[in-house]
Amino acid sequence: MYGWEMLSFNIHDGFLEAIVRGNRSGLLTASDYNNLCQCENLDDVKMHLTATEYGPYLQNEPSPLHTTTIVEKCTLKLVDEYKHMLCQATEPLSTFLQYITYGHMIDNVVLIVTGTLHERDVNELLEKCHPLGMFDSIASLAVAQNMRELYRLVLVDTPLAPYFSECITSEDLDDMNIEIMRNTLYKAYLEDFYKFCQKLGGATAEIMCDLLSFEADRRAVNITINSIGTELTRDDRRKLYSNFGLLYPYGHEELAVCEDVDQVRGAMEKYPPYQSIFAKISYGESQMLDKAFYEEEVRRLCLSFEQQFHYAVFFAYIRLREQEIRNLMWISECVAQNQKNRVHDSVVFMF
Amino acid sequence: MGVFDRLPPVDHLRSEKMCFVQLIMPAESARLAVTYLGELGLLQFKDLNEDKSPFQRIFVNQVKRCTEMSRKLRFFSDQINKAGVNSSVRPVLQPDIDWEELEAKLGEHEHDLLEMNTNSEKLLQTYNELLEFKLVLSKAGGILASSHDPVAPADRELDEHIYNKEVDDGIAYLLEEGVHLGATKNSGVKFVSGIILKSKALAFERMLFRATRGNMFFNHAPAGEPVTDPISGEEVEKTVFVVFFSGDQAKSKILKICDSFGATCYPVPEEMVKQRHIFHEVSLRLSDLEVTLNAGIQHRNKALESVGSQLWRWTIMVKKEKAVYDTLNMLNFDVTKKCLVGEGWCPIFAISQIKDVLQCATLRSNSQAGIIFHEMDPIDSPPTYFRTDKFTNAFQEIVDAYGIARYEEVNPAVYSVITFPFLFAVMFGDWGHGICLLLGAFVLILREKKLSSQKLGSFMEMAFGGRYVILLMALFSIYCGLIYNEFFSVPFHIFGKSAYECREKACSDAHTAGLIKVRDPYPFGVDPSWRGSRSELPFLNSLKMKMSILMGVSQMNLGIVLSYFDAKFHGNALDIRYQFMPQMIFLNSLFGYLSLLILIKWCTGSQADLYHVMIYMFLDPAGDLGENQLFWGQKELQVSNLLNNKNNMLHYLLCLLANNYSPFPLSDTPVAYGHCSCSMDALPKAFYLEETSQGEVPRAHLSLPWDVRNGSRF
Repeated sequence: MYGWEMLSFNIHDGFLEAIVRGNRSGLLTASDYNNLCQCENLDDVKMHLTATEYGPYLQNEPSPLHTTTIVEKCTLKLVDEYKHMLCQATEPLSTFLQYITYGHMIDNVVLIVTGTLHERDVNELLEKCHPLGMFDSIASLAVAQNMRELYRLVLVDTPLAPYFSECITSEDLDDMNIEIMRNTLYKAYLEDFYKFCQKLGGATAEIMCDLLSFEADRRAVNITINSIGTELTRDDRRKLYSNFGLLYPYGHEELAVCEDVDQVRGAMEKYPPYQSIFAKISYGESQMLDKAFYEEEVRRLCLSFEQQFHYAVFFAYIRLREQEIRNLMWISECVAQNQKNRVHDSVVFMF
Repeated sequence: MGVFDRLPPVDHLRSEKMCFVQLIMPAESARLAVTYLGELGLLQFKDLNEDKSPFQRIFVNQVKRCTEMSRKLRFFSDQINKAGVNSSVRPVLQPDIDWEELEAKLGEHEHDLLEMNTNSEKLLQTYNELLEFKLVLSKAGGILASSHDPVAPADRELDEHIYNKEVDDGIAYLLEEGVHLGATKNSGVKFVSGIILKSKALAFERMLFRATRGNMFFNHAPAGEPVTDPISGEEVEKTVFVVFFSGDQAKSKILKICDSFGATCYPVPEEMVKQRHIFHEVSLRLSDLEVTLNAGIQHRNKALESVGSQLWRWTIMVKKEKAVYDTLNMLNFDVTKKCLVGEGWCPIFAISQIKDVLQCATLRSNSQAGIIFHEMDPIDSPPTYFRTDKFTNAFQEIVDAYGIARYEEVNPAVYSVITFPFLFAVMFGDWGHGICLLLGAFVLILREKKLSSQKLGSFMEMAFGGRYVILLMALFSIYCGLIYNEFFSVPFHIFGKSAYECREKACSDAHTAGLIKVRDPYPFGVDPSWRGSRSELPFLNSLKMKMSILMGVSQMNLGIVLSYFDAKFHGNALDIRYQFMPQMIFLNSLFGYLSLLILIKWCTGSQADLYHVMIYMFLDPAGDLGENQLFWGQKELQVSNLLNNKNNMLHYLLCLLANNYSPFPLSDTPVAYGHCSCSMDALPKAFYLEETSQGEVPRAHLSLPWDVRNGSRF
């Protein structure tokens, strides 16, 4: 199949690819970020953003702005664009686009379940949910008491249902097993997405599998680092790693037994693509790891635009927009809290 | 060359002469001066702060205030549209208000409006909730009545208790409580009634079923009419439901699910008497609220109307103000920080006007120092500025769409005023259609004043902008239609009788032997007898095709001749020798020659096959022309044409190579090259496309795609 997509790709997906590439050119550039970093207050940020593609979304906001408003409006733009693309998409692109949102769905489910566990108000929690991961009955998650109910009542209707097969227990929900549930779901989701992309074949499979492998490996590292010092056993930890990616299977064996950050580093440095990431970080440090991974991800996502006739651009675009929104949130927070010296800590430039 | 040298200069084709000027304005009069300059619209400021981001510039605060004000204005117009207030009343002359005053006024209005909105919003929410309650009462009452049971006294007491409380606390209690559990006695079956979005009803029922493991009974009835949702304020379709269930656990679950689905629960008593009572109560309260609401809305509409009558003026004012500050942001402070220094371009004819305006600004602002205005030596090449009026503007815009001429380059728009509509008509030619188009154009032109002040749709705007283009196109297509003799594709005998007639009365052999010519040729255009004849298509095709070639070639010649004037004006001998000349020779030795053949064929009525002539001119230049010989010396001419062509190609190629090493601007080479290829592949198109009318203008390196009109942002 490889190489032949260009014969037929444009019949169904040419329009949307053009749309997504057009949207991509609306992403903020390094000079935009430089300007944003010099802002004195949130009004300046707004003023600068109104000159970009975010203009129509921000121009009608009254003046005492909050970071949340900016982030909310920027997310709204992403959601609008996503919905537009989803409306226009035909199979299998529409399934592919839906796959992209399952990750948000998992996050939302976990957010609501944890929230209810701590007796937060459901409406308040709903506001915090990512709009891309919303589904109809999401609010009824609050009714469920344990995983079995969670599945039987709500999730059976959602696309997440098949991923649940591994974590149905009658145990009552608590923080620990919610976290395990999140990671099991995520694992199942990534594996399913991976299989789906392989089924699509061609350049989509090639690029997406690369991107998803990176995602899986990053999650493996994060799970390892976050579970150091918790009561999670090695076997349980091992079970949370996705069964693909560069680290699978030998890297996983090594990660499963790691006891501190430097051991993780040792395990990861055996893999050339990840050497550069760890080379940026000094020993014993895990704070900057996130940023290093994000930078690597952005680099890979940007590269996917270099090739034509494949679906990975949609995935890449939505991921890049999300990264951009994260950047904007960080910048606005720094500006609002007057900590401009920390602005560059977490901003990942794209172009 | 001598002939060309004696031709008059084509000044009317060139853009205005520009000069680079510097303005030094005292800070106090700068704003006024820029305002006046903006109204004049003849000076383009150069951005002296390109390296600064928008919020680092001098007048950033004013710009911010302007955007804030325009936000408020948008809010007003939004509110006015929502309320449906008619605000087209033109204001009676109001005193001019200051910018600061306006800002304060806008803030005040916004504050008032927001307050009114919050007040009425609360009322409206209550109102809508009551409306829903009323609906639920009537519908759920119906459902309950159908499954009625005698009610035990205990429950009656309970109900009464709640009912009394309701009466005490007023209806508001009902709404806060939100939920009341009806109890159908005996079985311990209870029920919850409420209202839910129609689209969610199915999922809701499914969820209830799952949560209670099927131990419930769901009954629903469509609300029938669209209901205004109390929270979002939108009109939606809703469904009234009653859920019967038993047990307290189920109750809490069901209430949670109701909550999560956004279903609003309203208590409905079981007995008809009480239902009626509450129904009555609710209706009473509704009518009360309606009165209050209407009063509020009227008050608000009045406020909106007063805003609306001024809105247009204010919007213009704020827009102007913002444009002024945006322009001021392009200026620099001088060393003393007392003066603003600006640089820009203006057409030379406008200098005196600008000086007058600046003088006026100084006087008005009571400034001690005058504004200094002087010319400077330009660094960059000047921008292109064409003076246009409402007639020529549309043509200029069509040409601009292909590329904007360089400074002082020949402006093709002047010729395209005629050639563009004419070439359109060559294709469109039909005087019936032409008349329709003409009527349309007249409507647009006669209502010009009215339409220009209105906001039109994107398509109408395009048609209106090009109304004079349409007018000319209509006139030319009537003319061409008369030549083609087509009125909605039907020929008419307008200019006398047809020159052809049948050989005999019965006309039996008209389709076999053909007609015979009995009179002088038809005086104007195509003879109507051709219509419907077997040879109609070959005849008309040949006529139109040849006509198109003639027009295309003359069009291309015009373009190349214009490039000569251009090169001569700029004193570029190289261009003339290595660009204009080869192009001229190339075009005319091939297609010019073809045109000559066509003309001769038409004049002499010869039967020569022109395809054959043209093709064998290349394949067999020395061969005998035979019956295709049209004039004496044709063969010699053909050979010389061919040699010319070949030499020309070599010449062209050589100067292309040579130019790469020459001290002359290299950028001219691609133009020359592009030009040649343009005339070659344009020819097939020239039959039917008017594209060539723009194709002949040098347009490869137009580095200044801005002109004074757009640049100054007014």
